[in-house]
Amino acid sequence: MKFFDFFKSKKPGSASVAKERLQIIVAHERRPASTPDFLPQLQSDILEVVRKYIQISEEQVKLSVDKQGDFEVLELNISLADPGK
Amino acid sequence: MSKVVVVTSGKGGVGKTTTSAAVAAALAVRGYKTVVIDFDVGLRNLDLIMGCERRVVYDLLNVIHGEGSLNQALIKDKRVGNLYILPASQTRDKDALTMEGVSKVIEQLRESFEYIVCDSPAGIEKGAMTAMYLADEALVVTNPEISSVRDSDRIIGMLASKTKRAEEGEDPVNVHLIITRYDPDRVDGGDMLSAEDVCEILAIPFLGAVPESKLVLAASNSGIPVTMAEDCDAGTAYFDIVDRFLGEEVPYRFLDVQKKGFFSRFFGS
Repeated sequence: MKFFDFFKSKKPGSASVAKERLQIIVAHERRPASTPDFLPQLQSDILEVVRKYIQISEEQVKLSVDKQGDFEVLELNISLADPGK
Repeated sequence: MSKVVVVTSGKGGVGKTTTSAAVAAALAVRGYKTVVIDFDVGLRNLDLIMGCERRVVYDLLNVIHGEGSLNQALIKDKRVGNLYILPASQTRDKDALTMEGVSKVIEQLRESFEYIVCDSPAGIEKGAMTAMYLADEALVVTNPEISSVRDSDRIIGMLASKTKRAEEGEDPVNVHLIITRYDPDRVDGGDMLSAEDVCEILAIPFLGAVPESKLVLAASNSGIPVTMAEDCDAGTAYFDIVDRFLGEEVPYRFLDVQKKGFFSRFFGS
């Protein structure tokens, strides 16, 4: 076995794959509050408030947090159904 | 000046207790009065690794709840004069471990010990958080393996935000990396993350690597910290680690493949 290993050219092993995967996941998890825990609750609260005035479905409320340079942006999008429909 | 050193990792089974015992014993051998505390309430094992399981009468929780004094609970090591063990409770659950009680015990230990080594349980629950809360220094134990490195990164984040030093805005906990179960042969073959890779990802000061060694199991079988076992490569690695921790410059060992002779290169060993 060892005798033949000697003539084999070295293939890149699985360690380089591990390193790449780790770098990506660790960078992602280090970003503070990439999706805050309260987001789903906030979304359902907003939905409730808006529904007092307009009938909308859950999919019409979109909430996201983005980072732009030094500050974070909480983006709220409520699309209203076409009144003609 | 006393220092509280937490040995932590996030992931279980990477060698926290082995490291706690080895480091505490090496600090004692170097002349520092040292106590090592088991924080794994309900699943204590430090007593076995230290070889004093039959001498446990009172434990950390008895002291916290006033059922025994600190002096009654401290077990003096029979091999090194400067070394003491404070065992965890085996019967109670983790909720009995209060931050207030632990703080009192550590304050008391600070009066007579130079190093207080806290062996953290795995996970990120109460036991682990209590073990790290009062730390001045942290030894993060990591295996060159993907899940261990990720968990270590989480723990490093918590050391920077969930400790007393972080909460009170003092100097941050000094965090150090120890890589255990390191196999230079497999690193060379490209199948194991190298120490360099792990250091690059975790980006904390590197104290050294402990080679994968059969002697670690042999030492734990006999209840001897690896730094007290004779002719143990892992023990030598831990002494290097402790000396670097104490501020000495020690050249790194155990990172490269041992050079093999002509014959063993061809016909295996």
